[in-house]
Amino acid sequence: MKYPKEGRFGEFGGKYIPETLVPAIEELEENYLKFKDNKEFKKELDYYLKQYAGRPTPLYYAKNLSEKCGGAKIYLKREDLLHGGAHKINNTLGQALLAKKMNKKRIIAETGAGQHGVATAMACAVLGIKSEVYMGYKDTIRQKLNVYRMNMLGSKVHPVKSGSKTLKDAINEAIRDWITNVETTYYLLGSAVGPHPYPVMVRDFQSVIGEEIKVQMKKISNKSPDTVIACVGGGSNAIGTFYPLVDTNTELIGVEAAGKGLKSKYHSATLSAGTKGVLHGMMTYLLQDEEGQITETHSISAGLDYPGVGPEHSYLKDTKRVKYHSATDAEVIDAFLMLTRTEGIIPALESAHAIAEAMKVAKRSKKSESIVVTLSGRGDKDVEEVQRYLNKHVKN
Amino acid sequence: MSKIKEKFAELSAKKEKALIAYIMVGYPNENATMAAVRGLIKGGADIIELGFPFSDPLADGPVIQNASMISLNNGTKINRFFNIVKKIRKETNIPLVLMTYTNILYHKGYSKFITEAKNAGIDGFILPDMSIEESKEYIASAKNMADTIFLVSPNTTKSRIEKIAKISSGFLYLVAVYGTTGVKTEIQNYSLKAIKDVKKIIGGKIPVGVGFGVSTPEDVKKYIKAGADAVIVGSAFLKLIEDTPQNKRESSIEAFTKSLKRQTVIK
Repeated sequence: MKYPKEGRFGEFGGKYIPETLVPAIEELEENYLKFKDNKEFKKELDYYLKQYAGRPTPLYYAKNLSEKCGGAKIYLKREDLLHGGAHKINNTLGQALLAKKMNKKRIIAETGAGQHGVATAMACAVLGIKSEVYMGYKDTIRQKLNVYRMNMLGSKVHPVKSGSKTLKDAINEAIRDWITNVETTYYLLGSAVGPHPYPVMVRDFQSVIGEEIKVQMKKISNKSPDTVIACVGGGSNAIGTFYPLVDTNTELIGVEAAGKGLKSKYHSATLSAGTKGVLHGMMTYLLQDEEGQITETHSISAGLDYPGVGPEHSYLKDTKRVKYHSATDAEVIDAFLMLTRTEGIIPALESAHAIAEAMKVAKRSKKSESIVVTLSGRGDKDVEEVQRYLNKHVKN
Repeated sequence: MSKIKEKFAELSAKKEKALIAYIMVGYPNENATMAAVRGLIKGGADIIELGFPFSDPLADGPVIQNASMISLNNGTKINRFFNIVKKIRKETNIPLVLMTYTNILYHKGYSKFITEAKNAGIDGFILPDMSIEESKEYIASAKNMADTIFLVSPNTTKSRIEKIAKISSGFLYLVAVYGTTGVKTEIQNYSLKAIKDVKKIIGGKIPVGVGFGVSTPEDVKKYIKAGADAVIVGSAFLKLIEDTPQNKRESSIEAFTKSLKRQTVIK
């Protein structure tokens, strides 16, 4: 849906927000509509994306991995090579530039794995805006390195100790800050979630991924890829990958975190196992109990550890345009190690979910087919977590 | 006429304003809830807001967040909540308003939830994350069943206040400050101005209740003087419940309620 009327993707999306935020959301939408097609704004954003962030990113043919799987050709969309090490910078540069146009002096953000926090801190540093980041206390421990990075970049990190102490609670706390400082503060949401216009705005800023894939694939094989795969937590890299391809014949697969298995309580597979509900300003699929209380989630990757999902994904699931599968922690670790050893590329644990799915799909596809996987981030932040997992689960 | 509307009419005749008290049901347990309700009634509260806990209360400050978590951990469920409401209804005729978040109603189905709540004795609803744009089904389900109390804020525009007032019933909830519930600051001039502005815009069509950060008799006095038709006190009651042993809860809530209620009588 190009620009969803009333902020709805089918029945999903909308704006379920405290009244105090209504003027801020209206101001944001007004400015986004004003600037999104503005030539000067686009030129400036394009400059930063190219010269600062490192776009376009390569579409790399992972020959060794493809041969190992013995089927389709696997291509990696190397968002991990972007400045900061993840796709998050596409969105933070866009929104921080918008905030600057709106004359906002203070930016707040939430972060799960810390990648969006780091990308926010970077964009704010280069554009000269003060930034503060909310991060679940549990995640500040899992992703300590990113906390240091944010601090060094000049951003203040607030560990959030309420609720499950992860991404969902970081969003709650960022919203509370926004309610309190609504007149001075810009909330830079990192995923394609939240009240309208965030889901569409984040999608638009991330769509550069899918646009590039289309052009690059055409050069390589003169056609659209057969299958495109991306991991889904809130779903920003996935929607940015899928959206430009929705009108093609390409098979689109989103991969959620199955954690310790969909039958266990320990997963974050919202689309695979969730029900409809309202959280963080949007109507979407959620992981919740029989009374509508949001349940705690689990994933080995902090970035996917979220009980909701972007409303456009809910719409794409219900309309069956995108298939949503999942990968367990164990499969993810296998994929992580496989890519690391065959290609010398250390993927983020989030992205390793997509790799795990690609390996499955490749094995059952023909050699003439092509699969594109969005490698949303690099895994330097995760090596400690992976080592911990291996120490616990693999007995030599 | 709804019970809430009747209450405002009755108070108006006595030249009194309304004291609305908020408590979180099941915090820290059901006995405390019953003791608090009895104290509130003896102390002269005019309307009671009963909080039903939600896992992600994003409009609430630390006090209500904590109370929500404890209530949930104690096993507060919708049916148990309704049973408590029924128990309260046996003791009093006071208007009861249910405050929770949209997902709780949406998940059960607006109509089903509202019908069950009404049958238990609930007279109105406050959903801080329900915007008027998304409220169609909610409003339709509550029609002739219960009042739908919407919120406005000091930054809400005039035309929007008019729109919100039109679909609100019972009273209009003015959030006095920029912030979450229970954050104590000095009373701000912009809050007092907001009361005057909102009152002027809606021209007496619906009473205006002021809440968020209202915690002392002094606060009540100032907001009433500024023109509020009701004041809503929440976090202060929860703190008192937390700080008082069970055998003293009823009497200390009663005494605190009296001290607040005194300020709502216009001399």
